[in-house]
Amino acid sequence: MNILVCISRVPDTASRVIVGSDGKTIDPQGIKYIVNPYDEIALEEGLRLREKNGGTVTALTVGGESSKEQLRTALAMGVDSAVIVKTDSSFDSFFVANNISEYAKSINPDIILLGKQSVDFDSLQVPSILGELLGLPSVSVVTKLAIEGNTVTAEREIEGGKEVVETSLPCIISAQKGLNDPRYPKLPDIMKAKSKPIEEKDAVNSDERVTVMGIEIPLKKRAGIILGGEDKDIDEVVRLLHEESKVI
Amino acid sequence: MIDFSFTEEQNMLREMVRDFANNELKPIAQKIDEEESIPDYIIDKIRELGLLGASFPIEYGGSGFGEVGYCIMQEEIARACLSTATFIGAHQSIGTNSIYIGSTEEQRQRFLPALTSGEKIAAYALTEPQAGSDAFNLKTRAELDGNEWILNGEKMWITNAPFANVFAVFARTKLGISLFYVPAETPGISIGAPEKKMGIRGSKTASVTFDNARIPQDYLIGREGKAFIYAMKTLDAGRIGLGAAALGPMKELLELSTVYAKTRKQFDQPIANFQAVQFMLADMAAEIYGCESMLYRTANDYDHGVVTSRQAAIVKLRCSEALDKIADLAIQVHGGMGYSRELSIERVYRDSRINRIFEGTNEIQKLVIANDLIKRNGKM
Repeated sequence: MNILVCISRVPDTASRVIVGSDGKTIDPQGIKYIVNPYDEIALEEGLRLREKNGGTVTALTVGGESSKEQLRTALAMGVDSAVIVKTDSSFDSFFVANNISEYAKSINPDIILLGKQSVDFDSLQVPSILGELLGLPSVSVVTKLAIEGNTVTAEREIEGGKEVVETSLPCIISAQKGLNDPRYPKLPDIMKAKSKPIEEKDAVNSDERVTVMGIEIPLKKRAGIILGGEDKDIDEVVRLLHEESKVI
Repeated sequence: MIDFSFTEEQNMLREMVRDFANNELKPIAQKIDEEESIPDYIIDKIRELGLLGASFPIEYGGSGFGEVGYCIMQEEIARACLSTATFIGAHQSIGTNSIYIGSTEEQRQRFLPALTSGEKIAAYALTEPQAGSDAFNLKTRAELDGNEWILNGEKMWITNAPFANVFAVFARTKLGISLFYVPAETPGISIGAPEKKMGIRGSKTASVTFDNARIPQDYLIGREGKAFIYAMKTLDAGRIGLGAAALGPMKELLELSTVYAKTRKQFDQPIANFQAVQFMLADMAAEIYGCESMLYRTANDYDHGVVTSRQAAIVKLRCSEALDKIADLAIQVHGGMGYSRELSIERVYRDSRINRIFEGTNEIQKLVIANDLIKRNGKM
């Protein structure tokens, strides 16, 4: 089985994010970067598929030089090869999907696994755009996956319940929490990862279709105030709306 | 200029062990303390991840992370659970390491892979009822009878003894002190009941008695009569590793104390606003910075083969004292909550105390340091 897993470098969710001086990116100072947690689930699923069916797992990332760190983690977890499609400019979801698509065409994977979203931009677009570009079925938010021959059965999360869908290989699967528990890389594999090569490709450029105009930290929620039903409470609500929230 | 940054794989090691410690160890650390036992499935996971041979060269089944990598790992494990760090340390840093240090090349090939993979768990058996700090005075004897050694004597305070598969035993022979690789199933070995301890209660400590225990002649490690040097070299690594196991909890306690000080309110404001509390946090940070700096400098020297016993003794002395002080300050910042068993702070306070005693008491560390200074006219 030829398995392609796409991963991205994201700030650790435990990091405290500060908006950078350009107002459009985050200040990388003091931020720890990790493999996007949903992509880690995709990696684990890829490794399990290989363990069951044989074949190879390739980890792919689209990003700058520093994204190699995340590929090293993928190598330490056990993928067979790692590829970086390098770009130094900012990029949107189409750019990423288009570059994954270009690479995928060169290796014709049986299955492409990725996280349902990256926890930095949360666009949730790449798996679907990729499906369109490659003309492949794309099943998103998958919590259970079974492959028998060419038949793929996937359970996916929908609002308030589950949906079971069937499709066939080759296809694209985007992973949701619950699909599996990603393994910890073992020490000998961490050591071996550093000597494994990382293949480098130049990115194919595309016009930016979505431009970030600005980002901001959400305002801290203030503690709510609970008032009673007396006349004086109603007066207080009016006063608060007028003086504190300034909405009337 | 010197580069103080960790390598990419050292950072990955830290990430992995921290994830493991946070997800698997921290949630059950209190249970490990209360039930005085590390669950088997945790030991299995530690073995599978390769943590039991982290420091040793790849050719003997280790992962080649050296002493620096070992310290990173122990820091993160001890941050979550000092009992587990003690178990790992006794197996790796002193148990297996003494065999590694003393062994001939052939013995390394033969004995190490099962230990570095964690298939077998080791214990370091040096201390005796009458020979603790005065290790040279040990009474356990080994006599050659045909092609077998016969061991007689008693060892005390042996960490991992109740479940170890292999003992690295120091015993007196005709030519002086010698080291033996002793399988636990050897007839004539009996293990005492586990000690009831103040802290690190999840690690198991017991006495080991040898009553005409017979082992093959070639289980004498390295050269006969040379093992006192092996023991002291092993303790250098053990003392550095102990520093790491003290550093991890220091950092944990500072983080817990800082967050608590920012949320706990008195006199209508967070206690972090009060200088009395700020000074405690600052003192903790200053201790940690000093300990971390000396620890990794010394571990790096160890990996380059240029460490001295004086350096290792200083690390052990300073780090063990610092954790005691920080645990005390952390309880003070937390007040009643720090004293309560609901939080982990009182456990670290108890766990910490052993560090000033084992691997050589701090008074012995001072003797090691002073003897070296006197020999060198005070030159560092």
